[in-house]
Amino acid sequence: MKVLYFAWLRERVGLAEEEVTPPAEVVTVADLARWLAAQDEAHAYAFDNPAVVRAAIDRRHVKPDSAIAGAREVAFFPPMTGG
Amino acid sequence: MFAVRIQREPFDAVAESAALAAGRTDVGAIVTFTGLCRADAGPDGAGLAALTLEHYPGMAEEEIERHVEEARRRWPLTGAIVVHRHGRLEPGDPIVFVATASYHRAAAFAAAEFLMDWLKTSAPFWKKEEPLDVARSGGWVEAKASDDAAADRWRE
Repeated sequence: MKVLYFAWLRERVGLAEEEVTPPAEVVTVADLARWLAAQDEAHAYAFDNPAVVRAAIDRRHVKPDSAIAGAREVAFFPPMTGG
Repeated sequence: MFAVRIQREPFDAVAESAALAAGRTDVGAIVTFTGLCRADAGPDGAGLAALTLEHYPGMAEEEIERHVEEARRRWPLTGAIVVHRHGRLEPGDPIVFVATASYHRAAAFAAAEFLMDWLKTSAPFWKKEEPLDVARSGGWVEAKASDDAAADRWRE
């Protein structure tokens, strides 16, 4: 699946997007965040406070306990500050 | 007419608003809101040279469209236009435009406020500040609890 990062998560990871293939035990959005955080220091820094990270699956807001099965695109970003 | 646009270019608030009444005679009220980049923002209110707005292409349009659909379910709207800019914007530059049209003013006022409140908290945009004082480092604007509270009051 494709993982996208925005704002300071993008800056911390050092990538706007990447293609990942998480193992089967990665079931929820929160699992995916933990799995990504374990990849390297940059990802660990991006996810060091998971409570402030928001997510979307296929361009819709989701909660951390949402299942990622079938997702084409999972995005991680800070709380939004548009308008 | 219902439209959502995300663009780098400035918008013409008068022309956008006029489009909501063009060719029809049943529109009794148009409410417009324009949000501008303020100079007194920035780290510790020290002053801002510019804001850079990042967005999630695709989701930004879809998320705002979902709220326009919700506004149409709640109020008898004859039209709505939302324009949100991205890229680097300087103090005084318009950032966002919301216009709602209805038969009477109450629905148009309420729908405009509803759309702006949701736009602040759920449309995927992020502002990064560029301070006037180049010696200071800029940073990402933090979300405000007051914006969450404003959006929450529309929950059914």
